[in-house]
Amino acid sequence: MATLQTRSAARLMMSPAVLLLFAWMIVPLAMTLYFSFLRYNLLMPGMEEWAGTLNYHYFLTDPAFGTALLNTLLLVGGVLLITLAGGTLLALLLDQPFFGQGIVRLLVIAPFFVMPTVSALVWKNMLMHPVYGIFAWIARSLGLQPVDWLNNLPLFSVTMIVAWQWLPFATLILLTALQSLDEEQKEAAEMDGAGPISRFVYIVLPHLARAMTVVVLIETIFLLSVFAEILVTTNGGPGNESTNITYLVYAQALLQFDVGGASAGGIVAVILANLVAIFLIRLIGKNLEA
Amino acid sequence: MARAISTRRKLTFTAIGWLVGFVIFFPILWTVITSFKTEGEAIASPPHFLFFDWTLDSYAEVQSRSNYLKHVMNSVIISFGSTFIALLIAIPAAWAMAFSPTKRTKDILMWMLSTKMLPPVGVLVPIYLLYRDWGLLDTRLGLVIVLTMINLPIIVWMLYTYFKEIPGEILEASRMDGASLAKEIIYVLTPMAVPGIASTLLLNIILAWNEAFWTLNLTAANAAPLTAFIASYSSPEGLFWAKLSAASTLAIAPILILGWFSQRQLVRGLTFGAVK
Repeated sequence: MATLQTRSAARLMMSPAVLLLFAWMIVPLAMTLYFSFLRYNLLMPGMEEWAGTLNYHYFLTDPAFGTALLNTLLLVGGVLLITLAGGTLLALLLDQPFFGQGIVRLLVIAPFFVMPTVSALVWKNMLMHPVYGIFAWIARSLGLQPVDWLNNLPLFSVTMIVAWQWLPFATLILLTALQSLDEEQKEAAEMDGAGPISRFVYIVLPHLARAMTVVVLIETIFLLSVFAEILVTTNGGPGNESTNITYLVYAQALLQFDVGGASAGGIVAVILANLVAIFLIRLIGKNLEA
Repeated sequence: MARAISTRRKLTFTAIGWLVGFVIFFPILWTVITSFKTEGEAIASPPHFLFFDWTLDSYAEVQSRSNYLKHVMNSVIISFGSTFIALLIAIPAAWAMAFSPTKRTKDILMWMLSTKMLPPVGVLVPIYLLYRDWGLLDTRLGLVIVLTMINLPIIVWMLYTYFKEIPGEILEASRMDGASLAKEIIYVLTPMAVPGIASTLLLNIILAWNEAFWTLNLTAANAAPLTAFIASYSSPEGLFWAKLSAASTLAIAPILILGWFSQRQLVRGLTFGAVK
């Protein structure tokens, strides 16, 4: 029972967090919006002038935008596909009793705690290097031609690196969900003669649906903003082959000093993220009610 | 009811499990092994897996060449500092939401979650320009502020789900006994909330330690934490894999160990309480 006094105290205690977050969100966002209508380049200070929607026009008609949008979708989609499929298999595996299960579990979740710059550089150099990398050595041992991963398959390589980082997250969440499954339900189905595959399809998979939705939602939010992995491996290249929206805006802002153009790109990124977020929040909301 | 599991089945899964675990962990293992090599050994082909002269030279050289410890200190100050400040702001907020919820509490929580969905590039330009004008570029303070703000929503959410599990009657009882609000928080709430606060702390230190958008964009030589320092090894000239590995091993080891302890909180924290 909240009294009047505690209610006002509650409001007082909430206000720093709410106000700070509000300021953090609204002030810079408003500035981005304002800059996006200016012709504003850091290399030409004092020359700012109103540009209308010109920045948007340039950004959206730049062929690099189309490429970056496609790359973003491919990267997010690819990583989601790998982590959901791989995470489900790993969760099923880790749910089986075997010797040293606890240790294997620690090994499997370890990549999540590796900082993005380290995992990207380790993969780029020690695994994917076309001459000295482990993959090249494996290829040569099998009598195959080593692949120059980051030059010939840049987006695929970045997808692999990011998927490796996010696989543990999907695994952990799906495993947690799996372990909350009622054991008796599975046993009852088994007694009724359901084989392992139909038990998986009709009992386990529906039970995992909510956890999978959560994985999709959260990974998408983070994956739309993949940055460090691209910066230290390919710099978005060759050409624009591995540039995503985040990297494109970064390049426009901090490499070309085009404040107006980068701001327009930032607003476009915000709109895209919101489209996904609204869609996903609805999905998760439905799932939460069920 | 536990079912009898045949030994053969168990052995099969043991083999598969360890093989899969080894493959996934291999990049980390390989980094650690390479950190004990010389630069020549590091690029030997075919690779030397275990039989080489183990040496600590790379570790010594990383420190002497680049003042590695300064970057470690930057990482520690930035991740711990931002987490502590965010906790101080978030604890009262989460307390209020959990114990005197109003009609709008749920909306506020959802709104906080939505700030987390704001892509950082949406605010990169103004933050960068403001920081330039205020002299906050390449300072630890600047990064502490940014990381405090970006982790605040997660911290509020996590604390909220933990506080929600504390029975409200206990707080009411203490209120009936005449405890003031301050006493209620210090003597009643805090002891019951400590496990939740500790897990929140742990997870957010990990997230802040590994954050690699703002740390890369807002720092140069001075305030660069380990994420940004290690990114400097991406320069194409020369192959310094042993040194890269040594610097990386030290950068990930402490957080990997913290992470292993916090795996349960990780699920809860990163799913905003949707999966427990």
